[in-house]
Parts: sequence; structure tokens; C-alpha cells
Amino acid sequence: MAAAAGEAAGGGGGSPSSARRRLRIISGHLRGSPRAPGRGALSPSPCKAQGGSAGPASGSIPKKRQELLKWNGWGYNDSKFIFNKKGQAEFTGKRYRLGGMVLPTFKEWIEKTFGASLEHKTTSRASLNVNDVPPSIVNEEFLQDLRATKISYSQDAEDRVFRAHGHCLHEIFVLREGMFKRIPDIVVWPVCHEDVVKIVELACKHNLCIIPFGGGTSVSSALECPEDEKRTIVSLDTSQMNRILWIDEKNLTACVEAGIVGQDLEKQLAESGFCTGHEPDSMEFSSLGGWVATRASGMKKNIYGNIEDLVVHIKMVTPRGIVEKNCQVPRMSTGPDIHHFIMGSEGTLGVVTEVTIKIRPVPEYQKYGSVVFPNFERGVACLREVAKQRCAPASIRLVDNAQFQFGHALKPQVASIFTSFLDGLKKFYITKFKGFDPNILCVATLLFEGDREKVLQHEKQVYDIATKFGGLAAGEDNGQRGYMLTFVIAYLRDLGLDYYVIGESFETSVPWDRVLDLCRNVKERIVRECKEKGVQFAPLSTCRVTQTYDAGACVYFYFAFNYRGISDPIHVYEQIERAAREEILANGGSLSHHHGVGKLRKRWMKDSISDVGLGMLRSVKEYVDPITSLETKIFYKALHK
Amino acid sequence: MAPPTARCPRLPPPRRTRQPGRGGAGPWAPREAAAGGRAARRGRAGERGAGRRGGARRTMATATAATPGRARRGAPMYSKELTSKKRDEFEDILEERRLSSDLRYAMKCYTPVIYKGLSPCKPNAIKSAVLRSEQVQYVIKQLAKEMGESPDIIQEEATEILDEMGHRMQLGAVRFFAFTLSKIFKQLFQRVCVNEEGMQRLQHAIQEHPVVLLPSHRSYVDFLMLSYLLYTYDLALPVIAAGIDFLGMKIVGELLRRAGAFFMRRSFGGNRLYWAVFAEYVKTMLRSGYAPIEFFLEGTRSRTAKTLTPKFGLLSIVMEPFFKREVFDTYLVPISISYERILEESLYAYELLGVPKPKESTSGLLKARRILSDNFGTIHIYVGQPVSLRTLASGRINRCPYNLVPRHLPQKPSEDIQEFVSDVAYKMELLQIENMVLSPWVLVAAVLLQNLPAMEFELLIEKTLWLKGLTQTFGGFIEWPDNLCAKKAVLSGLTLHSNIARLVDGHVVLNDKGAEDGAVGEIVFRHALAVLMCATYRNQLLNVFVRPALVAVALQMAPSFRKEEVYSCFNFLRDVFSDEFIFFPGISLKDFEEGCFLLTKCDAIQTSQQEIYPTDKGSGTVSFLSAMFRPFVEGYQLIFRYLSKEMKEAFTEKQFIPGVRNFVFQHLEKGSTQCYEALSSDMQKNALSALVQLGAVKKKKMPNGFTYNVNQEAVSKILDMFDARIPVQKPVAARL
Repeated sequence: MAAAAGEAAGGGGGSPSSARRRLRIISGHLRGSPRAPGRGALSPSPCKAQGGSAGPASGSIPKKRQELLKWNGWGYNDSKFIFNKKGQAEFTGKRYRLGGMVLPTFKEWIEKTFGASLEHKTTSRASLNVNDVPPSIVNEEFLQDLRATKISYSQDAEDRVFRAHGHCLHEIFVLREGMFKRIPDIVVWPVCHEDVVKIVELACKHNLCIIPFGGGTSVSSALECPEDEKRTIVSLDTSQMNRILWIDEKNLTACVEAGIVGQDLEKQLAESGFCTGHEPDSMEFSSLGGWVATRASGMKKNIYGNIEDLVVHIKMVTPRGIVEKNCQVPRMSTGPDIHHFIMGSEGTLGVVTEVTIKIRPVPEYQKYGSVVFPNFERGVACLREVAKQRCAPASIRLVDNAQFQFGHALKPQVASIFTSFLDGLKKFYITKFKGFDPNILCVATLLFEGDREKVLQHEKQVYDIATKFGGLAAGEDNGQRGYMLTFVIAYLRDLGLDYYVIGESFETSVPWDRVLDLCRNVKERIVRECKEKGVQFAPLSTCRVTQTYDAGACVYFYFAFNYRGISDPIHVYEQIERAAREEILANGGSLSHHHGVGKLRKRWMKDSISDVGLGMLRSVKEYVDPITSLETKIFYKALHK
Repeated sequence: MAPPTARCPRLPPPRRTRQPGRGGAGPWAPREAAAGGRAARRGRAGERGAGRRGGARRTMATATAATPGRARRGAPMYSKELTSKKRDEFEDILEERRLSSDLRYAMKCYTPVIYKGLSPCKPNAIKSAVLRSEQVQYVIKQLAKEMGESPDIIQEEATEILDEMGHRMQLGAVRFFAFTLSKIFKQLFQRVCVNEEGMQRLQHAIQEHPVVLLPSHRSYVDFLMLSYLLYTYDLALPVIAAGIDFLGMKIVGELLRRAGAFFMRRSFGGNRLYWAVFAEYVKTMLRSGYAPIEFFLEGTRSRTAKTLTPKFGLLSIVMEPFFKREVFDTYLVPISISYERILEESLYAYELLGVPKPKESTSGLLKARRILSDNFGTIHIYVGQPVSLRTLASGRINRCPYNLVPRHLPQKPSEDIQEFVSDVAYKMELLQIENMVLSPWVLVAAVLLQNLPAMEFELLIEKTLWLKGLTQTFGGFIEWPDNLCAKKAVLSGLTLHSNIARLVDGHVVLNDKGAEDGAVGEIVFRHALAVLMCATYRNQLLNVFVRPALVAVALQMAPSFRKEEVYSCFNFLRDVFSDEFIFFPGISLKDFEEGCFLLTKCDAIQTSQQEIYPTDKGSGTVSFLSAMFRPFVEGYQLIFRYLSKEMKEAFTEKQFIPGVRNFVFQHLEKGSTQCYEALSSDMQKNALSALVQLGAVKKKKMPNGFTYNVNQEAVSKILDMFDARIPVQKPVAARL
């Protein structure tokens, strides 16, 4: 499943400047009726039934994903961190703001933080060895039936391997150095709701196992094929179901096929002057269906809401039939909300095919900002106050000192002496004049959105609060770089892997009064566990508060270490991550805020929602999917005796 | 242990970085590198102190610990290490004081090692933080609502409580103490010996996490000495929970307050405001790492030198911040302080015999100054390995009961937690006992008490030497001065304790002055006094001996040598004596196996599949052991007999103690018993509480305290079991 994987990859190189946005809105208006070019009519037309042919290719992600995306790492083939001939770090490609820039201090930061050395390098296999790939075992009768439906499919080894994993550390590690024991036997590409209905029917008929696949950005091992699955595993790739079926400007909703990825959705809506505002950090690659299935959360949820606030109607195909509501209304009292069975079901109940989602006019004005606090405690207190006054900007995040230094290390080479002089002056003002300790201070990054006037007013309100907590405004540039960091960091892991550094992120939600204790204890636990497990160099253990709510906050941890000298780094890594999760739970944090449970965290599912709670979910599963046509070893497993 | 070349183990140089992130030299540089202390401290002292090193070394033969007992709790937290164990060596800290200026020492540059996360603050800042805290404010609001009073009035009350309670630590007062205590200690004691490695571990611990110091409590000297010690080693001075009685002493009370004592009322169970303020005060200091927190698990000075059963209140307070994850971890440091001669020894004996304890007063203190001319021998302080609360709790406290209620609300700890707190308390006391240094005199006293009224000197020496071996086999930590022949050791003990025993015509007798003439009652009292004082020293052995000794007693009680029957008796004795000696809760079988193992090790018994029987060679050991514990067996029987015969109606403890004392007194006068120790109010209280726990006496809470009701039949039954007239009930889970 897709969704907010690793809070990776931000929106295509930061957001376009407000001016460009406005231009686009205007051009949208000039064109008159909002139509997405190259994308048939925006009418509720039924499935185009392109059959087994190439299918629609206008989405950003092709059927042959490997042509565009790395097969053994994160993101686009052309975008990655490298060390250039001078030994300086550089980010390649032109897709991101950082593209083509040299990062002069980055190498030193890596060496200092991880004790890594450029001389010690591990290399991934250059390409997939097709001979290693487990064979595809598919019943001929099923193939015949499948061909009759004209739905595109593939038994190609690369296609199958590409859909056998998400982006957990251990999965990427396997890609680089080994091979999965079990992968899907066949990949199918439905292009519309009806195709999915047919596939699910066939799966039931032939006793197959379906694993829905959206953007492939899962970080919960949900896509991992169970080794003991004897049946044929069908990977149902929704990427070709990527049309906006209609836009309803009166009610501000749009009905969209679930396979559309975030960047396409926003791009196409923007052509009509709209947006959903849902921006998980993985939005370049993750899909609408994946967001729904994992209860995703977007960076700008303070304005637009999380996925559960955005969804108006869901259509899902289950082995038992199609589940949906009879109307598209903002709220209804008809027993427990069936949407809440679907959201977070992580592909175990059915395949989400169409979603009606709220849309908003593209905002007129956008502004970044940042605030420096003398320490993390003051920063958290400020965020809490902002949440209390309910005046949070579109996004407000607080990074701790280690992450602040990390962000600093990613500063590109400055263009002019003047800028570097200004930087020096700023630094002097904050550390010497204001007395902030550069090893303790922390930074909040802000993003405001809306009418120009209101944004400015809002900005003032937030900065006034920050001042009360000892905060100092630190400029738009720092803010913007902060947001850039969140998508770039996913690429960084691939670089780390080349130099014996492995890392991962995980998240939780926690009540306000426990935020500080949880952050401190989890970081300390990680450091301690590393030491106990024989990690030779102190790890990077850092956190940030990424979302504020009335009653608490979402906290995000990064954790990475140099594994030289450890024979089984993945095992050690998993033990430490597990200890960190136990620590989170003991500190009153949740099992997950938006990544989901998957197979990675299912051991804690029972404690998280109680025996009865799990039984309730299980009984729904048993009704909807009695023969478990949908891969089910995600969290129900914990209950199977 | 220090390598033989290093004559004086020094603490590594200080480090006072404010925990910067990474960026030091080595991989784990900042945290690990060096926990610093003052290197310059000892000067020449080390050269002299080296003379008597190595005495602390002792081993216990390796052994596979008996099969783990089936504890009622999860993983057994306490298991005594029966494998050989090395202990640290001691250094005399007075040595340097005798060689250099006390004034300079008191005025030295004191920059202690402190907790890494500490932001320094003044004692008053802590008080106002406590008053402002949600915890205290919540209780104030609740009380205001319930009593219909204005919160301001209650807030005022809370302020007063805090003012009464709070310490006002000042460097000036600390220096004053450093000076005067140097003078006094040098006068009173020959040596004050400390394991420096323990100090180093402590230093490390103080920087890392909040620390709780848990010393044993035998004397008022304990906390003075401990603060003195930390000052000497440049560690953060502790804040000490002291009884409110000290405030009765003019000037001295305030001086103690300035040296870091804070005062708690003896009982405040019912007073919610007091409890809230007190708990929050302690927790605030702990959370901020303001200073190590020191208190006595035993709650009061043990008048018998036998470890008292732990009190849980303060311990659960200091553990709570960890349970609520307000701190990452907390270190508990067991500290064993043993005295060759206890300052208050005769006071204690009088007190046990019912002569009331003098109220703490400054004039009393001044009167007591004549003891300055007396010699109190050596003090040994063993600072144990800091125990991480997090490690203790891992796997034990899995559910998170604190997640569902705001953390500032007062919440009664769950049963799980209470049980855990109790286990930790017992574990800490057992660690104290394990590291408690035993002087040769302790052995002499134990032998002497079995051979009254007089014992041949040579025989005493021989027996003492034999007991030394046995004690070491059982894991006792004897500090026997190097190369000192047994005769000299015994003689020096006799010299030091001439008020207790003396050598007359080649015989050693108790020094019961005034017992020769006078009324019968006076004779009994004098003799009892001498016996109790002597017993104070023997008592230091008891917790080391209790497991094998109770097996020995059980062997004599049991109708046959069958294992189940011996175990049943053992189990019965363990239950009866549960307040008298320290047993880790719920591991009776393991205790039994340990006892059997130790007896086998010294060839006193043999075991087969079904049977346990004494060997011919070991009959001496078995009878020595049972004689050692006979005062308790007989004493309890006497007390039980009193209860079953005389107490028909409800009574209070105040009525019980004089009653039973008279009863025992009469028997002693008549000569129908020789059990002088049954006069001890400590034993009397323990016996009563044992009956309460066994269900033979009902304890009821009344407005003016507790009252007791005896179930005569049940008590007689227990008596019969003692006399082996009826078999003891079989423990349910006895699988051997």
C-alpha cells in the first residue's frame, strides 16, 4: 500500500512560488471550462476499457516503474546524492530545488555524525539478477479467464520484484544484497472500477491471493509477501486507474480513481484552479487509495485536514461485493461510519477504487517562515500555545538540535559573498548577541497559506506567540529549506547505505504533556540500545514535532547508525527499532500516527486496541473476505490462534 | 579491585561539559570518556592507607544455584549470587584528615560532579515550583471544594508545610559540618573505611541519571557520615529525608536543614495535602536531578543492628517519576554502613527494655559529648553497585497504567506496581546485607552468647576462628585485619567493647555491672541489658545465617528427615519470622534450597532424593546454628504463650508491650526461662505482627490507633507447631 511513506519526498521541489500559482489559476480561468488536457472528458464516463493494451499513460508513473524509478532505492533514477570528483556532496538531477547544487559542509557532517568514511564503501548489486527471482506460478485456467477480461498483466520478473516490497530498510537491503523469498506471481493493471471487480471475482473463483499495490511507498512491510503463502499471489497495481472522473465546483468535491498519485492529482486539479491540500511527504509517489487505506496525514492538515476529514465517499471492491454509501454528504448518522472500517484497513478488506474527495480553490498566497528557539522545551511550549489558540499555520514543525544541524549541513554553496556575509551576521546575532547555544537551540519551520492579507495577519499572530517563548524569527529561507529536507532525506538513506550507514524513520502521536518526556526518552533509549548492541559509533537519534492537534502532537524520529563491525546490521537495527517502539508505548505514545501497522508493528496491535477491539476488526474481516482472498497477515494475524 | 601497583586508586580527572552532542574524540566520546572527580584529593594519605589492604578479599566457592523457585511474581528479581564474588577494597578517609588541616579541607574548592541535565537552582526555587505544580494545585483545589474553603487558605497551609519540610542547603553550613565533623569523627573513630570503587561508580551514576541513596540505618552518624563522604569526594551533596523530631533540636535542626536535610512527619497517611506536597517536593528534586535523594528504607534506626523490614512510602515516591517516564531512569544505590561499635548501643538497649528514648534535644546532644572521650573503632562504608530501576522494571511492568490518566492526578498504584515496589525494597535491603562488613567482634559476640555466663578465653578464640570460616562459607563479608592472629583480634574486640564483656581469670564474662547485688529485679534488668547489647553484635550475623540456620532448626523440629517435612517446618519458620529477618517475598523454596546448599557446602548435612539428615561431622554446626536462633524460637514461644493465655480482650500496642514485658520478666525471675532477649520490645512487636500476618491476631484500625484481637485457638495451634506437637501445615506449592 502506498501513503505517507517515510515522510519522504516532498512536493516536486518544494511548492511553486505563489506568483506561478496565481498565474496558473488565472490561466485556468482564461481557458474557461476546467478540462484536464490529454485526459478525456471530465465526465462520469464508464471505464474506457482499453483492454489489455498499453492503457493510459498520462500519469507520472509508468507501468514499467523501473524506467523512471530506482529499482533498489528511493525515488527517481536521475535524482540522488553523490560525492563528486572533488569529494564534495552533490545532488543530481533537475527535479528538485537542490538539483545540481554542491553541499560543501555535508561530507564533514556525515563523517562527524556517523564516523563514516568515504573510503569504506559498500556497493549494491548493479542490477536485478533475473535468475534469482522466484518463478511465477500461475494457474493456466486463471490466465485464460484473465485474458478474456482484456486486463493488462505481466509475469515479468522485474515487474514482480518491483511490487514485492515497500520502502522499509530491510526491504531495500534485500534488494541491494539478496532476494525476497516470495514475491507476487503476477501483476495486473486494472484501468477502472469494473476491472477491479472482475479481478476480485476471478481471485475468489480460482482461490488466489490479492495484494493491492498503489504507490509502493509503504513503510510497514504491508507489501511483503508471506513466505508460506501457497496460493498464487496477484499484485493488483492501481497505477493505471488515475483519472479524475468529475469535479463538482458547487460542492467543492472531486471524484477520483484511487490509483492516482499525489503529484498528478494536485497538478490536474490545479489546472482547474483547485487542490486537495493533502500533501504527505511521499506525495510524488503515493496514491489516493493508499492514503485511504492507511489513514494518511498531510503536511498541511491544519487547513485541509487529514484523509479522514477529506474523504466524502469511498467505493471499495471486496470479495463480498462493493461497499459504498448512497449519497455524498458531509456527515451522516447511520451507525458506525463504514468509512472508518475502510480507512486504515491496509488492503485487508478490499480494493479502494474511487474516492470522492473535498477540493479547495488553490490558495492565493503562500509564505514560508522559521523561528529559532533557545531550546527544544521552549519550542514545544510555543507549539502547544499555538495549538491552544488554534492558530496553527498550514504547517508548523519543530526540529530538534541534531536535525537543525543536519539541515545546516544540507545548505548549498552560497552564490555570493554578500549572502555568506549575511549568514555570518545572522549567526552572530543569534549565538552571540542573543546568547543561543548553537548546540542546544532548535528551529520551527512554518508554512502559511491563504489570502495575502490574512496570511500576513496570521503570520504576525504566530510570531507574537513565538516571541513570548523566546523565539526569534529566522527567515523564510530557513523555513523553506526545512521542508525541502523532508523529501531529500529519503534519498539520503540510499547514500548512507553506500557508506555503511543504515537508518529509518518512525512516528507516533502523543498527548501534549508527554511530548518532551517521550522525545527525550526515545532518543536516549536508541542511543543506549545501540551501545548495548555493539554499535561502534553513537547513532544519529533525532526527532521533530511535525503536527499539532488540540490534544497532542505527532512526533517523528530519525534514527541512523554506522554499522561497520556488525555482522547482522538489519537484525540489530530491527531490535533497536523495536525497543524504540516499546519506549514510545511506555511513554504514552501511539503505535502509529499515519504510517500504519502492516506486518512490522502487528505484535503491538492487541495491546493498542484491546482483545475485543481486535476481535471486532476480525469479525468484519471474516464477513467481508471469508476466504481471505486479500492478503491478511497484516494485523489480524495477531488474533489467529 | 585496584591493581596492586596503584597504591591509592584515584578518581579520574573531572569533566564538566554540558553534554554537548557528539563531536568528542572517540566514538562514544561525550558520555563515556571520563566521569570526573578530583584527582588531587588524597595527597599523601594513600601511602599510609596501603597497609591493610586485601582483607576484604574473600571468595565463595562456586556453585550452581539451586533450581529457581517458583516465584509468585514474574521473573524472580532477586537471586543471590552464590558464585565467587570479588569485593572492592577499602580506603581510610580519616587518614588524610589526620595529616592535613581541617580548616583548609572545610574551605576547599568544592565544585561537585552533578547530573548532566541539571539546570542549577536555589532551594527556594524548588519550593515555589512545588507550590505551582499541577499536582499540588490539583489537591489544593480538590480540598478547597470539599471543605468549602478558599483555595488561598489551603495554599497558605501548603506553603507552611513546605517551609517546615524544605531544606535550605548552603555551602556555608556544609563547610561548618565539614570542619566540625572532621574534628568529631577523628575523635570518635579510628578509621572510616570506604570502597573507592563504589565512590567512582556513584560518581558516574550521579552524572547519568537521578540517584537515590539507600543507606542502612544503625545510628545518627549514618547520614552525617554519608554527606561528609560525598563532600570529601566532591560529589553532589544529597538531600536527606529526616524525621521531624530533629526540628525539636534548637540550632542543630536548622543546621541540618542547611546541610541538606528535609523533614518529614512521622505519620501523615491521612493528610492528603501533606502527602501531595511532600511527594511533589521529593519528585521535583529527583526529576530535575537537583541532588541525590537519600533516605532510609528501614524508616528508623535499627535498635538491634538487625535490618528492619522496609518501608515502601518514600521508595514508591522516588520510583514514580520513572513509572510515568518523567525520567529515563533512576539509579538506586544500596549503601551498607557498619560500625565496629555503635555510638548509641547502650541507649538502644535501654530503649528495647522500655526505658523511653530521650527526645532529640540540643542540650541532650551537648550532654552526650562525654562520649567523645570514648573509642568507637572503625566504620566501614560500602557503596554498592548502582541498580538501574529501568533494568529492574524491564519485563516486569509491561502494562502502562499511567497512560490513561493525566500524570498529575494522584493515582493509587496498581497491585502490580505495589508488588514491584516491595520487591525492589527487599532487594535493596538484601544488597545492603550482602555488603555489610562484619568485624571479628561480631563473631565473638555470637559465640559468647551461646556460652554464658562465662567462657574460657582460649576456647572463645578457637570457636571464633571456626565461626569465621563458617561465616565466609555463608557469604558473610568479614573484615579481618591482615595477618592479625585470632588472639589479638579477639582481644582488641574485648578492649573496644569492655563495657559489654571482659576478661576475668582467663574467662570471658558479660560485663553486667551492678548485677551481683541488689534486688532480683535489678539483677535481671542488668543482665538483660548486657545480653541485649551483646546481641546487637551477634544480630549482624543473623541475616547472613538465616537460611541455613532455619534449615538446621527445621531439621530439629521436623518429625522425620523427609525433605517435605523439613521444608514444611522451614516454611513455617520463615513465615513466623518474616518480620524478624529479611526474606525476599515469595521465594520460600529458593531460600530453602539455598539454606540446604550452604549446609551441604560446610558438610553439615547430606541430602538424598527424599531425605535431608545431619552428618556426624556436622552435628556441631547444626546445633550451633539452632542455638544461634534459639533466643528467637524461645522468645516467640514465650510471647505467643502470653498472648494465648493472658490477652482475652482487645488491646493496643501500648498495652501489649508492658504486659508482655512483665510476663517475661516474671519468668526470668522465677528462672523458668533464660531467654532475656524476649524482653526486647523489638522482638515483641515483630512477634505480634507475625501473628497478624498468620491470621491468628486481628488488627483493626481505630480512631486512636490500632487495636488487636487474639484468636486464642489459632495462637495455641501455632505454639503447638513450634513444639512439634502437631505437624505444621504443608505449603501448597511444595514441590521439591
